[in-house]
Amino acid sequence: MNITFEQPKIKESPNYLNIQYGWQSWLFTTDHKRIALLYLFSITAFFMIGGAFAVGMRLNLTSPHGLLFSPETYNKLFTMHGIIMIFFFLIPSIPAVLGNFLIPLMIGARDLAFPRINLLAGICIIGGVVAVAAVASGGVDTGWTFYAPFSTTYSNTHVIMTAVAVFVAGFSSILTGLNFIVTIHKMRAPGMTWFRLPLFVWSHYATSIIQVLGTPVVAITIVLLGLERLFHAGIFDPKLGGDPILFQHLFWFYSHPAVYIMILPGMGVISELITCFSHKAVFGYGFVAFSSVAIAILSFLVWGHHLFVSGQSMYAGMLFSLLSFMVAVPSAIKVFNWTATMYRGSISYDTPMLYAFGFIGLFTIGGLTGLFLATVAIDVLVTDTYFVLAHFHYTMVGGMVMAYLGGIHFWFPKITGRMYPEGWARFAALVVFVGFNLTFFPQFILGYLGMPRRYATYAPEFQSLNVLSSAGASILGVGYLIPMIYLAWAWNRGPRAPQNPWNAKGLEWEKSPSPPPTFNFDEMPVVTENAYNYGDESVHAAEARG
Amino acid sequence: MTHSIVPAKVYAGVWAVLIALTFTTVAVSKLELGEYNFIAAMTIAVIKGTLVVTFFMNLKQSSSMIRLFVAAGLFWLAIMFVFVLSDYFSRGWQPLGQWW
Repeated sequence: MNITFEQPKIKESPNYLNIQYGWQSWLFTTDHKRIALLYLFSITAFFMIGGAFAVGMRLNLTSPHGLLFSPETYNKLFTMHGIIMIFFFLIPSIPAVLGNFLIPLMIGARDLAFPRINLLAGICIIGGVVAVAAVASGGVDTGWTFYAPFSTTYSNTHVIMTAVAVFVAGFSSILTGLNFIVTIHKMRAPGMTWFRLPLFVWSHYATSIIQVLGTPVVAITIVLLGLERLFHAGIFDPKLGGDPILFQHLFWFYSHPAVYIMILPGMGVISELITCFSHKAVFGYGFVAFSSVAIAILSFLVWGHHLFVSGQSMYAGMLFSLLSFMVAVPSAIKVFNWTATMYRGSISYDTPMLYAFGFIGLFTIGGLTGLFLATVAIDVLVTDTYFVLAHFHYTMVGGMVMAYLGGIHFWFPKITGRMYPEGWARFAALVVFVGFNLTFFPQFILGYLGMPRRYATYAPEFQSLNVLSSAGASILGVGYLIPMIYLAWAWNRGPRAPQNPWNAKGLEWEKSPSPPPTFNFDEMPVVTENAYNYGDESVHAAEARG
Repeated sequence: MTHSIVPAKVYAGVWAVLIALTFTTVAVSKLELGEYNFIAAMTIAVIKGTLVVTFFMNLKQSSSMIRLFVAAGLFWLAIMFVFVLSDYFSRGWQPLGQWW
């Protein structure tokens, strides 16, 4: 007689990942967490495509004469890199992935206010597919800024198709912002007052304001661009009676605030990371919260600093210069307050905290060089040089992408219910930091020496710094690939994560299992304390250190 | 929040006014008014927009929070116009001398 033993099966409790199977349960879901994951996979694909264009550019720039590509192809490479990275990665990254996943969990809601609008927003990211189709059918060469009249009259590439892609993706942004605003106003759990909200939520509220108020302007600008290109309406082209500077005004009215759409959610992530891994409440909660709102408002008053040499009036330039300096104040408040939060905290050096350290240092360099560019006299010299490029990448890649990676690692246990390999993760964070600085710091020097951006060739004396930058880019590329590999592995094979592996404060950690159930909480949470109430723990830790 | 029911004839009336204003826009564009053509077209557009927001989008019955958001949108639009026009109007100004 054979006796068979059956291995006891450990059943996972029902959660948003295992509650339903099949592609329809994902593509037509209205669960904010599943939609967040759809965004995660989409924007990761776009990040890799945009990254591939960057690889092409950096390879080409290892030789002063251009190693691989013709100038026409190079124009398309930097254009598609910019368009895909900005409109289809940076803008949706933290809000659409982490914001979507976490805001209802953080405020104690079962979902966003408009789940079906959230799905519609998710579908709008399909604009990215249109952009990729534009690439496949020949690309576009206007630069991500679409400056007229080149884009409206002279470019013979796929401007309209790309513009449609950006237009459609814009709706994703508007709808997401709208959903967040209503959710934060209307769906907070009992006791979750405005000043108990996590700072992540405050920063997303500020971001949403920009998304809702700014994005329609770029949508209209794109429509005007299309009208001029297709029907020769005289709006931007001087030959048709238009004004090209008007295009720049309208474009930057959105696109400067858009850089705050990109960085503000990152700042929200960093606030969460710093407080958790310092085991200490955020220093000056109110200042950090209101500095997000101040950045959102001031961000709409500074766009003219992109037009200092475009023919904008000198007096408007002076006004915009002054206002641009002002936006540094709330940004600095955040950096000082994060630093003060760490002071006498019980700091642990887990991977998310390493990314937070990277963010603070790199964003500070990016922010301070922004003050150089806000100064008219300096900007006249370095406009359209690699200095601008380095500044932008220090804030967006050094700042925003660091925050995104830090956030993904921090909430990975919550999203997947698994832990990632800490050793590999710390190693990757270090590789990213080294690779990033090696890539972009030489570009500050190149720009200062006068190397213009957007050229396929350059003077031979710039070669060594360009080779250094390309070498750094290859290290940075490896630094991004390593997390993709181990996170994909950990999702399936990583050890099970407890509900709150970091001993963090917040409803998503304290009241919801990992991964959360479909409706987030088994029972309605009631909030009775302020955010980041680490209580005596931080005091004891500080005392123990003396 | 309570919703007051708007009679259908109010909607019909507003719709009729919107159609009439559309015809007015076309009619005014046929007249030779110089730069006033533009001003007239924009004025009619603003009136139509106001009617749509007030009645069809129910701003009239909305809470003060909704009204605040609409006001914020208009304020942001004003920022755009004021700053862009500040450039256009000051482009011809001569540089200041050594005024300090």
